[in-house]
Amino acid sequence: MQRIGVFVCWCGSNIAGTVDVQAVSDALQNEPGVVFSTNYQYMCSQAGQDIIKNAIAEHKLTGIVVCSCSPRMHEATFRKTAAAAGLNPYMVEIANIREQCSWVHKDMPTGTEKAIILGKAAVAKVNLNAPLKPGESPVTKRALVIGGGIAGIQTALDIAEAGFPVDIVEKKPTIGGKMAQLDKTFPTLDCAACILTPKMVDVAQNENIRIFSYSEIEEVGGFVGNFDVKIRKKARFVNEDICTGCGICTEKCPQKKVPNEFNLGMDNRRAIYIPFAQAVPKVATIDADYCTMLKTGKCGVCSKVCTAGAIDYTQKDEIIEEKYGAIVAATGFNPISMDKFDEYAYNQSKDVITSLEFERLTNAAGPSAGKLVRPSDGKHPHTIVFVQCVGSRCSACAEKGKEYCSKICCMYTAKHAMLTRDKYPDTDVYVFYIDVRTPGKAFDEFYRRAVEEYGVHYIKGMVGKVSPEGDKLMVQASDILANKQLHIEADLVVLAAAIEPDKSARPLATQLTASMDTNDFFTEAHPKLRPVESPTAGVFLSGTCQGPKDIPETVSQASAAAAKVIGLLAKDKLTGNPCVAGSDELMCNGCSSCERVCPYGAITYVDKEFRMPDRTTRVRRVASVNEAVCQGCGACTVACPSGAMDLKGFATKQIIAEVDAICR
Amino acid sequence: MQINGEFQPKIVAFCCNWCSYAGADLAGNNRLAYPENVKIIKVPCSCRVNPMFILRAFQRGADGVILCGCHPGDCHYTSGNYYTRRRMALLFSMLNYLGIEKERTRVEWVSAAEGAKFAQTMNEFTEAVAALGENKRLEDLRCKK
Amino acid sequence: MQKVTCDTLAAKACELLENGTVDRVLGWKNGEFVYDVTPALFTTTDDIKSEFVFNDFCGANFSKYLIEETRKTESKVLVFLKPCDTYSFNQLLTEHRFDREKVYAVGIPCEGMADITKVKAAAGDGITAIKAEGENLVISTLYDEDKAVACADVLAERCMVCKSKKHVAYDELLGEDGDVIDSNRFDEVEKLEAMTEDERFAFWQNELSRCIRCNACRDVCPACTCEKCVFDNPESSVANKAISDSFEEKMFHIIRAFHVAGRCTDCGECSRVCPQNIPLHLLNRKFIKDINSFYGEYQAGAEAGSRAPLVDYTTEDIEPTDAVLKGASDNA
Repeated sequence: MQRIGVFVCWCGSNIAGTVDVQAVSDALQNEPGVVFSTNYQYMCSQAGQDIIKNAIAEHKLTGIVVCSCSPRMHEATFRKTAAAAGLNPYMVEIANIREQCSWVHKDMPTGTEKAIILGKAAVAKVNLNAPLKPGESPVTKRALVIGGGIAGIQTALDIAEAGFPVDIVEKKPTIGGKMAQLDKTFPTLDCAACILTPKMVDVAQNENIRIFSYSEIEEVGGFVGNFDVKIRKKARFVNEDICTGCGICTEKCPQKKVPNEFNLGMDNRRAIYIPFAQAVPKVATIDADYCTMLKTGKCGVCSKVCTAGAIDYTQKDEIIEEKYGAIVAATGFNPISMDKFDEYAYNQSKDVITSLEFERLTNAAGPSAGKLVRPSDGKHPHTIVFVQCVGSRCSACAEKGKEYCSKICCMYTAKHAMLTRDKYPDTDVYVFYIDVRTPGKAFDEFYRRAVEEYGVHYIKGMVGKVSPEGDKLMVQASDILANKQLHIEADLVVLAAAIEPDKSARPLATQLTASMDTNDFFTEAHPKLRPVESPTAGVFLSGTCQGPKDIPETVSQASAAAAKVIGLLAKDKLTGNPCVAGSDELMCNGCSSCERVCPYGAITYVDKEFRMPDRTTRVRRVASVNEAVCQGCGACTVACPSGAMDLKGFATKQIIAEVDAICR
Repeated sequence: MQINGEFQPKIVAFCCNWCSYAGADLAGNNRLAYPENVKIIKVPCSCRVNPMFILRAFQRGADGVILCGCHPGDCHYTSGNYYTRRRMALLFSMLNYLGIEKERTRVEWVSAAEGAKFAQTMNEFTEAVAALGENKRLEDLRCKK
Repeated sequence: MQKVTCDTLAAKACELLENGTVDRVLGWKNGEFVYDVTPALFTTTDDIKSEFVFNDFCGANFSKYLIEETRKTESKVLVFLKPCDTYSFNQLLTEHRFDREKVYAVGIPCEGMADITKVKAAAGDGITAIKAEGENLVISTLYDEDKAVACADVLAERCMVCKSKKHVAYDELLGEDGDVIDSNRFDEVEKLEAMTEDERFAFWQNELSRCIRCNACRDVCPACTCEKCVFDNPESSVANKAISDSFEEKMFHIIRAFHVAGRCTDCGECSRVCPQNIPLHLLNRKFIKDINSFYGEYQAGAEAGSRAPLVDYTTEDIEPTDAVLKGASDNA
């Protein structure tokens, strides 16, 4: 039996004005378990807290009920008071008789009666309280960033700057991501490489950062503060520590016909290659799918020309195991495939290209050395049609496109159109749009300039069909403002393809037990208030893996994610919320209902041996809650059919005791 | 319960800690009155509310039970209230199928900023339950005084 | 009249026992009366030859027995599954309630089982023998001459609205597989929904007040497989066993139906075993109907591993207030 003390606060006249506090403390005196009951003007004052402390000592109280203002106001205060007097802080319950009683009711008798009932409910609950102790777990002071694009780079740099070691895992041979492929950036038109590559060098030179390029996540275990990660470092057949990146091998390799993915297949590279001049790490990689030596055992040219002796045809995939305190997903995006968009003739004509391909075409390091030419015949295009929202905002044709707005296309198309007109004033540029979306600093001004200063023809309407005729592309489109059909003879058509999360995100989310939406974007812990955290504790989100974003937004979110990681790694220990779920193994059916509703992946299953009454041993599958991960929502307790799952601090019996007290 | 010859319904309100309980506090801060009949039980999330709690309340003599949580999409735990919504849709439909007046049960989404909505909801709900009179269809006579 | 004979099943059971595929067989044998067929575990071919039966009274769904059986030993058990039983079988697999590797499941076709209450109503009491002859059952009684009743006239309610003749899980199939049937099993639920609240209350008050809390519905239910049932657990606060007030039965039946909501395959065993003939399936079917109409068609057990509606959600789900309106037409 508990020994409960009841402390009724007047809160000056805030409570005492509508509630007869003496009557409340007198009535609660007679409740089961109550051994002491009093009232005082300001319970939260030093003098009031002393009354509580003294009563705990004098009456050997095992639990206390404070009838006062909202627990949101002073629950923490009274828990500290209890702790100072040697009582477990979770043996304190608050009856909210101010905000939820005296302040909303006018009549003294009914207000008093309600206050007594609320007090009785709190007493009934405390009678069933048990001391709770928050769990503690250590924090591994190292972060893992998955993805080495601008998001991952920024996050890693910020974390490293704060003094914590960071590993970047990038599946490609170099970091840099999509931004490295871009030409200029909106709305300032500075060149992407000029602002990105210094950051890449910073990453390479930062002592706190390790780069695992050409590597993928193999396995993730553990939980916040204590992740165990296995990283597969794919064999690149070049010793990274020895390779100087001189590039001789990439010039001498006789296998010249490998589609160059960095230029989106618009030109070729060798079987041994460095993706681009500023790659980090600047080491060569052998593409095993094309290397004659690896495929037939005959060649070995790269090995012969390499003065450093870095080529190693026997290299194998390597598994690296490391512990991390926090993980950041920065897996980025890709433009969607244009295969399903036959109406734009993407697969029929080389001169129908995506916007990312256009970036490469206009990039000085691109396949045409920056000269805007038609991929088919290398001629200068005189009429260019840009098509917006290809696969974006695509509810009617959800099968081939995406329902969401890809967010970046309006701005980069304005950029493409403007740059084209700037460099080649003899070119006619048409942009077909559903509407132009330019919210962002200096964005609308930028778009207005394209229209007003550069004379880009913006036409509200969609392109219905692109048909190659001779060396021309016949574009059929509607101008819905002028209400007429247009036929444009174009030389080049550029499709603003929707963007989608990288394909590696879904399996990664499964490994991280992080949740995703139907579009495979990572879900935030809270869409407004916790936008860079995933619901899984210790997993953070950076960049477009969370949703479409431009570079400024990506970088701010990357830094925000870094701030969250730093906040976590700065702690030596994580103190958990003690109000967590727990399963009674004897009653657990192992049915997985709780696991399916848990938003945090806190529940796993183990096969456990049970001694039966007849002295045999049986193995059953039972749920096990990771208290460091559980946030205490209680969804599992209701999903559980047998009632094996319960929530500390809000146990079924406690809530039912409150119900009974109120309905008594 | 009869007070001065007037029927006073007993109403149990389950409120989620993060939204509706704070909304109720806000109603208090703004002195927005609602009937004393409403007694609030705090739960961490609306998804902690087991249908058994609701039946228990009726068994013990409650005349109406209302469950308040964060608006869909705003759950502190991301998805708790979505489960609540399904569970209560099915439970309330079942209770009505058994002939229990549909006005006795309700789910309302009240955010921490919606003090006025909280008070208004409680006023409306209490009035609706009072109009029905005493809960006789889901009561346990032993639990009555 | 069943298309597959008792001899075929018995022969299959003997074959699998003899070739060592299984070392025990879950089947049926006669009970006190000829129509009182009861589940039994056979371990020898002799027992099977002398005791194994299969007739129009073999309604029992064996899926639930597999939980205990597969925990006993490492060897396999043979189970005969009618189409509707296979749904329960899958549902239990989804919930990891037994080890699939330890079961050899033989699917058997089912022409629908007879309801003894209807048989007695047609032929009278004191039944001594029942023989299947073509489309009829020939019934001998103590008091009267033999009487023939059409199988179709004494079909159990659940079989009249059979939802599927298709087996959704098996290792081996005897006879031919059928199809999922577009049944009218929700008609009765709709009739109740069309009543007023008062009429519905009167209906259920009348039905549920007959409950004697024998727990037969729970014990037979293949979804009610908890290691410890809340009604047996004094800690759960709902474990009252005696009936002392009309509320008790309502609470019991609401909680029971809610616990299996989204997991109930509508096998109809609860109503079959109820000694008071309470139409318990109407509670389960209400949940199934609501789930179908609120969240899209869902048949528990149709697919092993599927996500039950109550452990799932969409952001656009119906609000409870609207759900109640949608769930009963008198609310419109």
